[in-house]
Amino acid sequence: MIYLDNAATSWPKPDCVTEAIVRYLRDIGGSPGRSGHQLANAAERLRLDAREALAELFGLANPLRVVFTSGATAALNLVLRGLLGPGSHVVTSGIEHNAVMRPLRALETQGVEVGIAACAPDGTLAPAAVAEQLRPQTRLIVVNHASNVCGTLLPIRAIGALARERGIAFVVDAAQTAGCQPIDLEADNIDVLVFSGHKGLLGPTGVGGLAFSPRFDVGRLPAAVFGGTGSRSEDEHQPDFLPDKYEAGTPNIVGIAGLAASVRYVLARGVSAIRAHEQRLTRRLLDGLGTIGQVRLFGPPTASARTAVVSFTLAGWSSSQLAQQLDERFGILCRPGLHCAPRAHRTLGTFPDGTVRFAPGPFTTEAQIDAAVAAVARLAHGQ
Amino acid sequence: MSRFAVILVHSTSHAVRAERLLKRAGLSVRLIPTPRRLSSDCGSAVRIELSDRARVERLLAEAGLEVDRIEPLPE
Repeated sequence: MIYLDNAATSWPKPDCVTEAIVRYLRDIGGSPGRSGHQLANAAERLRLDAREALAELFGLANPLRVVFTSGATAALNLVLRGLLGPGSHVVTSGIEHNAVMRPLRALETQGVEVGIAACAPDGTLAPAAVAEQLRPQTRLIVVNHASNVCGTLLPIRAIGALARERGIAFVVDAAQTAGCQPIDLEADNIDVLVFSGHKGLLGPTGVGGLAFSPRFDVGRLPAAVFGGTGSRSEDEHQPDFLPDKYEAGTPNIVGIAGLAASVRYVLARGVSAIRAHEQRLTRRLLDGLGTIGQVRLFGPPTASARTAVVSFTLAGWSSSQLAQQLDERFGILCRPGLHCAPRAHRTLGTFPDGTVRFAPGPFTTEAQIDAAVAAVARLAHGQ
Repeated sequence: MSRFAVILVHSTSHAVRAERLLKRAGLSVRLIPTPRRLSSDCGSAVRIELSDRARVERLLAEAGLEVDRIEPLPE
């Protein structure tokens, strides 16, 4: 089996992740933040392990500015719905996932105005296109760091500089890049970074979150979910401090335990080493698929301008037929269709048919890439 | 009065972070349930040696960790 669906969920996971989850369930089991007995404290230490690892990864000094949610989607809903209201204006890009577009379209019905900075047909975005969309009432700029469809990296540092000059909040959806591209909240001018645990961070599903820059005043952002936090139990009002303000309810500590181990794995192997490995595979994939005449590739031609995500179509084939054949005949697992990102496919000119997406990961080998390319070539040649 | 003081913080997340920062600095610390006499909070607090108090305050301030207050721990 050749797993090329790492942009949806990375797999396999490092063994330390499975072991950490088992260790938590077997030896700890307690709820962090509650009760104060030794197992509850052990669970809280585990949660701090995860916060510290993520803070280190994103260049954040205070680990308590890392907040966990059920995933990047919940985190984006929290920040977009919390910061935007009737009469406010938000700018996003033409290459977003529905995790950004759907909250924004819902907010539009409540009087929020949405400006979309147009991308080039390969998904690249000029900071000037963002600047053109800005208005006096722009409250927020939100973009993904890289497209989940074609891997194109967006110039977040330059966009963040535009936002910072004007005092506009800058939110980055790093679902596709956390763990495989360098990210530094301060240098990249990010106010709020949204991450997903189960992709490049190599953790389990059901956990993600937000990292708040020290510049960002959380007083501006109301909680989305209210409830028990273990803290200030005498008070019927939600705490106003991080991380408790946004962490009501018993957390997914099973997931957080796995994420603590997976982010430590990423830090030990090194983001730059993972990126170099993935760029080698991406280059090989682009070169290999590029030799098949009937293949059309999307996104930028250079591996360094993208993450390890390659979208393509094969003449005469629908994306779903092609993915099915790759799975059934060759054991190659990938994702066809629109990838929850109709806006991005419109930009690429692949809406509504979609593409087939190959997304290698840190454990994919060059031999697997070659086998995937050979399988596409065989199907292209009617074999 | 005992030889201990207790650091009261916003939440267990803060308590565990304080515990870790102080342990890394080589201090003797222990998480304890927040004493009901000092706070209505039902979480954890950090017990320190009373004699370490000034150093603890400095270390936590340097780390940007907010503290509600530090109180001598009753016997």
